[in-house]
Amino acid sequence: MTALIDILASAGLWAAVLRIATPLILGTLGALLCERSGVLNLGIEGIMTFGAMIGWLAVYNGADLWTGLLVAAFAGGIFGVLHSLLTVTLGLSQHVSGLGVTLFASSFSYYVFRLLVPVADTPPTIEPFQPIAIPTLSSLPFVGPAFFTQTAPTYLAILIAILLAYLLLRTPVGLAIRMVGENPHAAEAQGINPMAVRYGSVIAGSALMATGGAFLTLSAFNSFFPTMVQGRGWICIALVVFASWRPERALLGALLFAFFDAFQLRLQTALSGVVPYQIFLMIPYILSIAALAVMARRARVPQALMQPYRRGER
Amino acid sequence: MRFERREHRPLALVIATPILAIIGALAIAGMLIAMAGAPVLTAYWKILTGAFGSRLSTTETLIRATPLILTGLAAAVAFRARLWNIGAEGQFYFGAIAAAAASAHLVGGWPSLLQIPVLFVFGALAGMALLLVPLWLRLRFSVDEVVTTLLLNFVVILFVSMLIDGVLKDPAAFGWPQSEAVADAARLPKLIARSRVHIGLVIAILLAVTMHVVQSRTVFGLQSRAAGLNPAGAIFSGVPLGRTLVIVAMISGGFAGLAGAIEVMGVKGYVTTDLSPGYGYSGIVVAMLANLNPLGVVLAALFTAVMFVGADGMSRSMGIPTYIADVTVALSLISMLIAVFFTQYRIRR
Amino acid sequence: MSETVLEISGVSKRFGGNLANEDISLLLGKGEIVALLGENGAGKTTLMSILFGHYVPDSGTVRVMGQALPPGKPRAAIRAGIGMVHQHFSLAPNLTVLENVMTGTESLWSASSKVAAGRSKLLAISARFGLKVNPDARLGDLSVGEQQRVEILKALYNDARILVLDEPTAVLTNIEAANLFSKLKDMARLGLSLILISHKLDEVMATADRIVVLRGGRLVAERRAADTTKAELAELMVGRAVNRPVREGSTPGKVVLEAVGVTVRQAGVDRLKQVDFHVREGEVLGIIGVSGNGQTALAQLLSGTAQRSAGDLVLFNQGIGDLTVSDTVEAGIGRIPEDRNREGAIGEMAIWENAVLERLQHFSRHGLVDRKSGIGFAKRIIEEFDVRGGTPTSRIRLLSGGNMQKLILGRNMIGQPRILLAAQPARGLDEGAVAAVYERIMQARRDGTAVILISEDLEEVMALADRIQAIVGGRLSPSVKAEEVDARKLGLMMAGEWEKAATGAV
Repeated sequence: MTALIDILASAGLWAAVLRIATPLILGTLGALLCERSGVLNLGIEGIMTFGAMIGWLAVYNGADLWTGLLVAAFAGGIFGVLHSLLTVTLGLSQHVSGLGVTLFASSFSYYVFRLLVPVADTPPTIEPFQPIAIPTLSSLPFVGPAFFTQTAPTYLAILIAILLAYLLLRTPVGLAIRMVGENPHAAEAQGINPMAVRYGSVIAGSALMATGGAFLTLSAFNSFFPTMVQGRGWICIALVVFASWRPERALLGALLFAFFDAFQLRLQTALSGVVPYQIFLMIPYILSIAALAVMARRARVPQALMQPYRRGER
Repeated sequence: MRFERREHRPLALVIATPILAIIGALAIAGMLIAMAGAPVLTAYWKILTGAFGSRLSTTETLIRATPLILTGLAAAVAFRARLWNIGAEGQFYFGAIAAAAASAHLVGGWPSLLQIPVLFVFGALAGMALLLVPLWLRLRFSVDEVVTTLLLNFVVILFVSMLIDGVLKDPAAFGWPQSEAVADAARLPKLIARSRVHIGLVIAILLAVTMHVVQSRTVFGLQSRAAGLNPAGAIFSGVPLGRTLVIVAMISGGFAGLAGAIEVMGVKGYVTTDLSPGYGYSGIVVAMLANLNPLGVVLAALFTAVMFVGADGMSRSMGIPTYIADVTVALSLISMLIAVFFTQYRIRR
Repeated sequence: MSETVLEISGVSKRFGGNLANEDISLLLGKGEIVALLGENGAGKTTLMSILFGHYVPDSGTVRVMGQALPPGKPRAAIRAGIGMVHQHFSLAPNLTVLENVMTGTESLWSASSKVAAGRSKLLAISARFGLKVNPDARLGDLSVGEQQRVEILKALYNDARILVLDEPTAVLTNIEAANLFSKLKDMARLGLSLILISHKLDEVMATADRIVVLRGGRLVAERRAADTTKAELAELMVGRAVNRPVREGSTPGKVVLEAVGVTVRQAGVDRLKQVDFHVREGEVLGIIGVSGNGQTALAQLLSGTAQRSAGDLVLFNQGIGDLTVSDTVEAGIGRIPEDRNREGAIGEMAIWENAVLERLQHFSRHGLVDRKSGIGFAKRIIEEFDVRGGTPTSRIRLLSGGNMQKLILGRNMIGQPRILLAAQPARGLDEGAVAAVYERIMQARRDGTAVILISEDLEEVMALADRIQAIVGGRLSPSVKAEEVDARKLGLMMAGEWEKAATGAV
């Protein structure tokens, strides 16, 4: 019991929560943005993998960390174009297209990595983002080291969550995206081009996903290795449903989830030998499934999600 | 520019579709090979010789094709009914460990003629049971099974890892995490003498043919097809949607679980966490290349096996990362989707 | 005529082999109400879609207030002052009224939506035209009539000078329709020009100044409303004297189906509330009502796809428990679904497969499908029911709406059903197909089948039914004999005013 309290009371846990949450926040927001316009983007796992690889590769080749993030975002956007071509222009099954993008993006990222970075005993590393202490706030007891001493991308992720909420609810673009996701024919009748809106959302969403992946290599870890994304992309997809497609809830959902993950990691060390470590590692995935079971019926799904839009057909 | 639905699909186009798709994928893969600074045509040639160049490589290709046929069938049967089973990878491992555990601790002493079918049943049941969980979540809670089957893959592989680290660990394996071996009587007989090719290949092909007959001739086949094409219409016509999906899930999960059992019993003899190099996911590509047709699955599985085994050989001799095979297979999926689209729609100004 | 606000000249549009619009020219004056009349497939919606920028015409021009309208751009049409009120509302149920109205009205580049300004503009327009709405209500929570108001307000918010309404009363009761038309006339008086697309002659005669008739893609006639009659218009629409089937006298047999106090609860809501009805051999029971009042639940109940939560069903004099689809097929209940594309057919499957799917137990042995007898069955249906455009093995998708409906009728009627459930059987069909469907229903009645006809078309029900009940808000009115009611009384019944209809008071 005291072990539990100890874990909960350590600032280290809470700092880890924010750190673990960051790629989830970005990935979930990215998937949310795509889905709000009506497109399910199952390419997320592959796009995050590629973002992780290409961002790291850019920095390994001399670029600075922010450029690395930008390169990753750009690459994500390109995969967004691919996914849009398949699902928006051609109207193909969003499930299968997304899986194709994931398979392609992951294998392509491993291929490029293996091509440009020779195999070595220890994988090469780069100098990752360092935590930035926010003046004044970071000297507060407990909350300081827990919340206000994070790396820049973490602060960025939270900022993006707030901006995305504002964008969707209070701007004309956001309204257009939401309308396209609910009834693209209605949007078209009001002079909006649903295909253009979907392309834009998917490209922007994919860029966010790739940035989330890049966080893994540029901030959390400092090297790239195959299968490092470990299903985080799928967890993000589950979190979108859990968040009922709302950015502020996505932020909370990611934090909640990251809490369980961080907690589970520390519990592992406390209980090692008693409980096999695999049980702990399973927890995030099982939680995601549970979250889906709870929220799937209640969440207000964008009504045109997964419906291909074909002009003229009602 | 608009797309207009075609009224008739020219048969020639339908047959040519997977071939065009593969050519398209190979073309783009060729660009990646060129990016690596290697001669493209030589690389293609090396892939072919890598797959069929020697007796060893040919048998290797056939061995690789066997689980792909089964996971391909698993995906094809499910997708046809619009059940998105992406969990074949996990079902594979679950079937493998079920068969291994049953042989090592339950029926290991039984004679081959009895033990082998029984272990097949264990493997299939394990795969079925696993898929029924996401199906139940879909029917009861309206949860999209894509994500749940995907997430379960990770859970199952961790679970299997836990078992072979602990309860089912092989004490004779020098501390290496692997399950105890299946009994000798459980090992599948060889198909080609003095090779690793086992009768699993024949079983897989027979199952593909059976599935084809079921789908095209039986009431269940017609009803499951209706359920996948138009659920509302199927319900109106009295197709028992829930029950049909359960049977589809049992067949799909069963095939994937069986694939794992057969791989253990025919090839390795024991379970490790790297038993499958992604057979479950590749099975999806196999199914799409075959346009969800069970007979086509056999051919598509062969193609995919050729790609993997051939690229292995090519990469060793030319220094190109083996991942080129995965890339080409993934590209085939995408180009197949596009090619199928163009058999259904034409471009209109 | 006052100034011309809209000038359509020589517009033509072809889709594949189908010439949807052929050289159509039309003028619209300020403050004028013009009705565009024509049966399904005559080209009305195509013409208006061209006007609205949904399609690009192959030839011809459109001028609004003297300015040429760039084709194929909905935005240009909106800017020019054309507002479209669609038949199937272009609205998003999950968003609020204000959000639905404001979509697309501001530049996508602005950093924030001027919500307050939008709200006051909406309320001002709402007051000016007498269309009350709550801007912050969730659209899905509004009634159909209220939703239509929002559709209209959307157009007015975009400063529409020309309003095009596509079958606006399809989903309204008589009373709501009358209200709508008086509002439309007010709008015309305020300077708005209106185009009314409709196939309902009564409304068109009562509301429009001028009537333009389309037939087979061509403009065949133009009349002032005062100078013409319903009969003339009907004939112009169809191109020949319209022959509606005559319902001969008959003596119905015994009761084959009876419902007592039946309630159907779906997703926590009672869709059918304690309804009573019965139907006898050789009679047609018409259930009239505007869509959305429980017809779907009623059809589902009798089709075997929904179960009752309370009450009794008596079939062939025996009380029954749950009625499943296979029960209905075995009992000889033929079902014509409301939405033939969604429920009635599996588009990608062959005609023979669609013909046998609901009765596979008769076309299979030991779980194997008997393809030969299935194809034979389909062949018989195609011949006897004059289904054109396909063979037993071709995909059913390729059939036209009318032919698909004939096939659906055929697969049910070829086995001489004892009961026939027909939900909106003539919806979306051209006149020829409609006549064929009506004839089959009358034939069934002659053969002693008990027919339950669920319809939103007053004329259809009055022509075909022996007895009529109105369905309103999940309840069924008492049944009345067709001879004893007229359109006005039925209108009252459809509004729930059963007592008034009975006594004749208004």
